[in-house]
Amino acid sequence: MARSIVHTAALIASLAFVANARAEGLAPYEIIGDGIAESLTGAPGDAARGRALVLARTTTCILCHSGPFPETRFQGDLAPDLTGAGNRWTVSQLRLRMVDAARFNPDTIMPSYYRADGLVRVGRNFAGKPILSAAEIEDIVAYLATLRD
Amino acid sequence: MNFWRAIVLAALVATAPAPLAGEIPPDARRSGYSFMGPDTRAMQDDDTSSPGMLFVLDGETLWTKKAGSADKACADCHGDARSSMKGVAARYPAFDKALARPVTLDQRINLCRANHQQAAPLPYESRDILALSAFVAHQSRGVAITAGDDPQLKPFIEQGRNLFMQREGQLNLACTNCHDDNFEKRLAGSPITQAQPTGYPLYRLEWQTLGSLERRLRSCMTGVRAQAYDYGAPELVALELYLMARARGMPMETPAVRP
Repeated sequence: MARSIVHTAALIASLAFVANARAEGLAPYEIIGDGIAESLTGAPGDAARGRALVLARTTTCILCHSGPFPETRFQGDLAPDLTGAGNRWTVSQLRLRMVDAARFNPDTIMPSYYRADGLVRVGRNFAGKPILSAAEIEDIVAYLATLRD
Repeated sequence: MNFWRAIVLAALVATAPAPLAGEIPPDARRSGYSFMGPDTRAMQDDDTSSPGMLFVLDGETLWTKKAGSADKACADCHGDARSSMKGVAARYPAFDKALARPVTLDQRINLCRANHQQAAPLPYESRDILALSAFVAHQSRGVAITAGDDPQLKPFIEQGRNLFMQREGQLNLACTNCHDDNFEKRLAGSPITQAQPTGYPLYRLEWQTLGSLERRLRSCMTGVRAQAYDYGAPELVALELYLMARARGMPMETPAVRP
């Protein structure tokens, strides 16, 4: 009897472990106030890589946003111009806005870039994955922080 | 006279379903045509330069061509499409009694092939199905859309509306987020339209061919990184029905041209 309880407990523990692993190993983060103070990777991002990521269509940023990108003709105007983003927001605020903008406004059209659950009919190639990796978010946050007027 | 007009107007206002929050009021609806540049408009306006007209001509040939083991052509039952098909596409998707659900014009053509011509169905997006549906829908050009008037369609329109409002995909966006709330803004430089399906099947310059509304819906779903529904899926038919009902009263443009 006691043995089967131990066995069941071990089974539950291992299921919990599997469930955690299923969440695609998203880095845990702590929201403090209106931001995430700590880097998702534990290291600072690279602003130059961040700029290249913002301009890459696959990250989706400039489909909606415009910004100080004279080399790119096709920018969106569905969302605020990124010029001066580093004046308007702290690094901590930028990080949470990238991770989960819906937290501030559930009706926002800005996707939550670091979320992999609670979504509907996600395409096969994207299922269980966040839109951006922790490292990509850190690079973009580092770049946005440099956008000062 | 004005008195009667006022009564008719009041009756219309009273019976028209009130738009939900975010939905476009009837008099603010605009065809995708109005979002295009002058060159693309000119291409659609001139039948001799509109690439969709080549499909319409192909469809006209198919209309009179015998097919299947019944050895019958569309024209053998329906006669001259100019009169028999006028206004038909404007009310599709339409309720099919035998199937107890709405069917698209493409599905109706294939039901005709199966039931009356004993012919194999034409694959979705094949040249022949697009040509036939373009030819049939072209007979409704200028006719006001009436899709959704049949009361039996009500639950299916509702299903389509719910799908239109449902966020989906990795980007977690619903059709309404762009096409009700943000039309005319620019997505990567291209204006977002209201998603009024007035000209299908239509020639899309990006596709370099004619395509169905289902193809367009599927590519939007892929765009938000959602799993697109299969061609002919009840969900796609419901969405098509909702969109056509949403465009009720707008004139058909088939074959339209879009960027």
